[in-house]
Amino acid sequence: MQVSQAEAIIRVDDLVVGFDDQVVLDGLSLRVRRGEILGLVGASGGGKSVLLRTIIGLIPKRRGRIEVLGTSLDGAGPEQTRAIGRRWGILFQQGALFSSLTVLQNVQFPLRENLNLSPALLEELALAKLDMVGLTPNDGAKYPAQLSGGMTKRAALARALALDPEILFLDEPTSGLDPILAGEFDELIATLQQTLGLTVFMVTHDLDSLHTICDRVAALADGKIVALGSIATVLASEHPWVKAYFGGKRARLARAMH
Amino acid sequence: MGSQPSLSGTIAGERAEFTAAGSWTIEHVDVLQRLVEAAAPTVSRARALTINAAAIEELDTLGAWLLERLMRTTDGRGSEAGLVDLSDRYRGLFDKIHEVNRAPAAVPVVTSRPVAVLENVGRAALDVRTDLVVFLEMLAALAIAILRVLRHPQTFRLTSAVYHVFRVGWQAVPIILLITFLIGAIIAQQGIFHFRKFGAESYVVDMVGILVLRELGVLIVSIMVAGRSGSAYTAELGSMKMREEIDALRTMGFDPVEILILPRVLALVIALPILAFVGAMAALYGGGLVAWLYGGMSPEVFVARLREVVSVTHFEVGMIKAPFMALVIGVIACSEGLRVTGSAESLGHQTTVSVVKSIFLVIVLDGLFAVFFASIGM
Ligand SMILES: Nc1ncnc2c1ncn2[C@@H]1O[C@H](COP(=O)(O)OP(=O)(O)OP(=O)(O)O)[C@@H](O)[C@H]1O
Ligand SMILES: [Mg+2]
Repeated sequence: MQVSQAEAIIRVDDLVVGFDDQVVLDGLSLRVRRGEILGLVGASGGGKSVLLRTIIGLIPKRRGRIEVLGTSLDGAGPEQTRAIGRRWGILFQQGALFSSLTVLQNVQFPLRENLNLSPALLEELALAKLDMVGLTPNDGAKYPAQLSGGMTKRAALARALALDPEILFLDEPTSGLDPILAGEFDELIATLQQTLGLTVFMVTHDLDSLHTICDRVAALADGKIVALGSIATVLASEHPWVKAYFGGKRARLARAMH
Repeated sequence: MGSQPSLSGTIAGERAEFTAAGSWTIEHVDVLQRLVEAAAPTVSRARALTINAAAIEELDTLGAWLLERLMRTTDGRGSEAGLVDLSDRYRGLFDKIHEVNRAPAAVPVVTSRPVAVLENVGRAALDVRTDLVVFLEMLAALAIAILRVLRHPQTFRLTSAVYHVFRVGWQAVPIILLITFLIGAIIAQQGIFHFRKFGAESYVVDMVGILVLRELGVLIVSIMVAGRSGSAYTAELGSMKMREEIDALRTMGFDPVEILILPRVLALVIALPILAFVGAMAALYGGGLVAWLYGGMSPEVFVARLREVVSVTHFEVGMIKAPFMALVIGVIACSEGLRVTGSAESLGHQTTVSVVKSIFLVIVLDGLFAVFFASIGM
């Protein structure tokens, strides 16, 4: 399976998204290459989650084109949507676990619905995914309401990974995790990306993640991508918001450590 | 995508040697499952297993787990099993999977059948007690909130109460009018039809008047309010509970009963008697209309007869009951709402419980009132 590095797996062109009289994304264009980890940074309330949700088709757009895995979701029927849904995994900012299923059942859900697995294999595979994100079988028996914030994140990641997707959308995966776990999380994502050729689109504020695992970083400000490239390129950007973001004390500290 | 996976091998003495090839990925899950299941009996007889993975073109977590699982079926639970010549690209993934599911599986607690039955009976009995306790607790909490509000009237949430009166009272008027009108009409029609056989048509007025004013008006309206507004209360408070809004209120030093529940219950206590009155009038109107159109009794005669047979007592009996019904509905709805736990399912369950329980209690209460009024001769 040889693919050219420059092949775009997600293409966003001239995207405009707004609510009522507020324009959140204003003519945004972005390419995500196959096999890379792209980190998206931006001010809180700047529209990062909105961009992610628009790409996966949850928020209608006012203008523009979005292509994921070579197909546009505009006017896609239920079958097409489902076929695409098998090929991506999504970690929502709030987890979005099914509250009436246990954690284990949450992970089993996409497996059960899409594949024809024997019950034993279904169980083992789901437990394996839980183990990979650092949850025990004991945690698997709990309901989402009984989880801590970080456990919710990890359970949601396990569910997102259930079908070994080609693209992983992560909305602030490491927020609310302790630094050790956040580090393991980054490592896991990096391993999966290297071995499975996974493409990761990650919204994050975690400066460590940006430095250690992101191949490219995109900065979102004023509804557009104002800087894009390796972390060094973005650091060199002259855009005032980007300068402020990476010029802060915490950012300088993080940079000094890498 | 990718070529068909394959798995072949031989066993010699205690050593098994297998060769895996092709795409060990989720797309080929059916083939892979069959391959691994077919190989498992052979492998389980061996102590040592070597899988040559040089020809594996693609691997994902599913494939890696199936290989790992096969290795764990050997005699020594995989201690002498190994995967050789796996491409470096997949090494990291395989090592990850190699670590997974090592903890011994939890042993489920098994209870024998008779014990389980007994346990259920016991739990059901406890549930009834808890239900009662929850109801009384809510009533007490409400009483305390009322006392506090009486002492500091400025803390009363007037806007909220007015808003809820609007919602459960005013907005319910059209549907209440329609339903009670139809019920009045149906009772009158049935009465005329059957009373006609022994020439007692004019007694229809007695039946409609007394039945509607004393019993049916308030009962039907209460049941409708329980279904319409009680369920809404439970769902609202339940989802607030789920999103920790109620905890937030509490930590800010507010009493959720005073802020959320008192205005709601009070709104019901105000609205339900009004709705019961409106409903009773609509039912009488429906009855009168049918008596005129179907029974040929002119409206003047109907009204005159109504005046004769219906005393204020009947009306009072109906109206006295209404606020109590409202209280029961409100208290049940709110306390069930607060019993919602984290899941969407429990929200649905508690809403159902709230409606079923309040309708049941409304009918029981109506029965108790009937006994009470009979004993005091009203
Ligand atoms: N469903 C919605 N309806 C109306 N406005 C919305 C909706 N979703 C988001 N917004 C608005 O869009 C803007 C961008 O929100 P978004 O959630 O994308 O922020 P964000 O960049 O993800 O911030 P954070 O880092 O805090 O998560 C905000 O002003 C928000 O109020
Ligand atoms: Mg967000």
